[in-house]
Amino acid sequence: MIRMLSILVGLFFTVALAWSFGNGAYNAITEPAAPTAEHEFHKHPKELELASNGAFGKFDKAQLQRGFQVYKEVCSACHSLRLVAFRDLKQLGYNDDEVKAIAAGFQVPGLDPATGEANTRPGLATDYFPKPFANDIAARAANNNAVPPDLSLMTKARHDGPAYVYSLLTGYQNQPAELLKKFPDSKTGPGLHYNPYFANLNLAMAPPLTAEGQVTFGDGTKSTVPQMAKDVAAFLVWTAEPKLEKRHQTGWPVLLFLLFATVLGNLAYRNVWRNTKH
Amino acid sequence: MSFPWANNYTPQHPFMKWMDEKLPVPRLVYNSVGAGYPVPRNLNYWWNFGFMALTCLALQIVTGIILAMHYAANAGVAFDSVEHIMRDVNWGWMLRYAHANGASAFFVVIYIHIFRGFYYGSYKAPREMVWLLGVVIFLLMMATAFMGYVLPWGQMSFWGAKVITGLFGAIPLVGEPIQHWLLGGFAPDNAALNRFFSLHYLLPFVIVGVVVLHIWALHIPGSSNPTGVEVKSESDTVPFFPYFIAKDGWTLGAFLFIYCAAVFFAPNALGHPDNYIPANPMSTPAHIVPEWYFWPFYAILRAFTFDFFIVPAKLMGVLAMFGAILVWFFLPWLDKSPVRSANYRPLYRKFFYVLVFFMAALFYLGGAPAAEPYVMMSQVAAFYYFAHFLIIVPIVSSIERPDPLPFSITEAVLGHDEKPASAPAA
Repeated sequence: MIRMLSILVGLFFTVALAWSFGNGAYNAITEPAAPTAEHEFHKHPKELELASNGAFGKFDKAQLQRGFQVYKEVCSACHSLRLVAFRDLKQLGYNDDEVKAIAAGFQVPGLDPATGEANTRPGLATDYFPKPFANDIAARAANNNAVPPDLSLMTKARHDGPAYVYSLLTGYQNQPAELLKKFPDSKTGPGLHYNPYFANLNLAMAPPLTAEGQVTFGDGTKSTVPQMAKDVAAFLVWTAEPKLEKRHQTGWPVLLFLLFATVLGNLAYRNVWRNTKH
Repeated sequence: MSFPWANNYTPQHPFMKWMDEKLPVPRLVYNSVGAGYPVPRNLNYWWNFGFMALTCLALQIVTGIILAMHYAANAGVAFDSVEHIMRDVNWGWMLRYAHANGASAFFVVIYIHIFRGFYYGSYKAPREMVWLLGVVIFLLMMATAFMGYVLPWGQMSFWGAKVITGLFGAIPLVGEPIQHWLLGGFAPDNAALNRFFSLHYLLPFVIVGVVVLHIWALHIPGSSNPTGVEVKSESDTVPFFPYFIAKDGWTLGAFLFIYCAAVFFAPNALGHPDNYIPANPMSTPAHIVPEWYFWPFYAILRAFTFDFFIVPAKLMGVLAMFGAILVWFFLPWLDKSPVRSANYRPLYRKFFYVLVFFMAALFYLGGAPAAEPYVMMSQVAAFYYFAHFLIIVPIVSSIERPDPLPFSITEAVLGHDEKPASAPAA
């Protein structure tokens, strides 16, 4: 009885699936999905080699400092870094005085101690990076109706994040003629910029890194556009995962211990079972 | 509830004698995971996953309780409190990655544990109750994992919660009120986040309770084994301690090695990048996908794309998704073959491997975009899934001629056994 019912229920689901399959197949043949410009011209991120990659990866502090400089002098005009505090910069190799000086170079929201009215004051090491816009409406108004996203977690919030950041920063180009020939309606709109590494190909952000020497690195590294893009990508790996290096360093002893324990456990197992066939 | 030859607990120390009279906890431990529990000697490594699952549960509860000390279940600060754990709490990053990957590890182990059951007929009499409780544990795990994924309040948390609670909206007439009642509002917000946190903390302890029942129910008939032939004599078994403690112990080490490799070197490999973007009700992600362990059932949900007579496609998908798990409850009665182990069931064994293939396909398809050809492939795989459990298993169990079984476990292992003069057919 239960098996008869079961077969009936089974037929209900399988016939319904066959019905969906048949309709879907018919539609797929009669009205094949139209190709889209995004589907054909979107590119996967370029390869990016960073010191933090791989299971032995470590931060290259000189590179992080250069990346921080790019963020400070270029990106921070529009992008916030709200999860990072100035005190965290000590991890990049700055000493206490340098951190205090960097913090003091930023104006953060404060209160006038006499009147209680909102004002701004120089940042302290305990402050977080200030937001460049008071709110999203102000951000939209200044940026062609797009809110520049916070960058703290950017390299973890995109597939293949560090390579994505690098590719996006170096990927601006003119819209290919081939694209316009195939999709005449897909012309990049006013105030937008064509970039094949961006999901919908057209991005409100104007190319931020435009010329060699836009930033002058203190360590003498030549600041080409790819170099600046690579350094800021490395910096954003750190902002997204400041404990990455500690994680790698902790992982190896843990795995070695577990390997040792497993081998020991296996020997114990062999010993216990040595006279018992199984 | 055990075999007559099981070792008997005899306390030596006066304190243990005193304890045994007042509250015989040491006796309970001895009889359930000690030398007092005889286990078939021929268990293979597929039988080690129950112990691993128990370890995962303990690991999730310990890491979870500590994370809850630092997490704040409020829609305004939940996302930042998780980042606070990652950045400012001592070893917080390790706890969070251990907990997030611990959920995945738990599901890997549980899926293997379940498919071990499918292959070796572990659901069959006299172990139906063990199986039923196991399915209950699986459902509780899914509910717990779903609510846990909502807590970081990222984009996938929010939209996942919206899609999954939206499924209840497919129920005719009362669907929408139920959905609003579950969420405490029209869309996921603070009310939903708070109750999900409360339940996410409660359900693991319910799971512990059902696990106790699961193990209790198992210990009444005793463990099954790869031959599926029941235990007949003392030579068929060895005591759980030290034999299976040693075997479970070393495989647990191997399991923890793989798990820790993921925690320390690829902690976000199984997560979705969108969950590092704070929840934003105004911006829908391009592809809303749940965590990987829901993918087979998510693929089944999305496979129903056309209304079937009077049943709307969405309702059909919801029925099928829940039905896909509920059907497991009926398995002990759908498969009437007297032979448990697929080692001796040539026809069932073939269909089992087909099921594994299509289940793997559903795992892949549930994470793929909802576009062709993936939808059509999901329809084929889901077709087999339902046909397998509801049609093929009942029919195969009626028409199949199983291979001859060994007389006993001892015979299967040693090649000979002392048969009693009037040996009953196996």
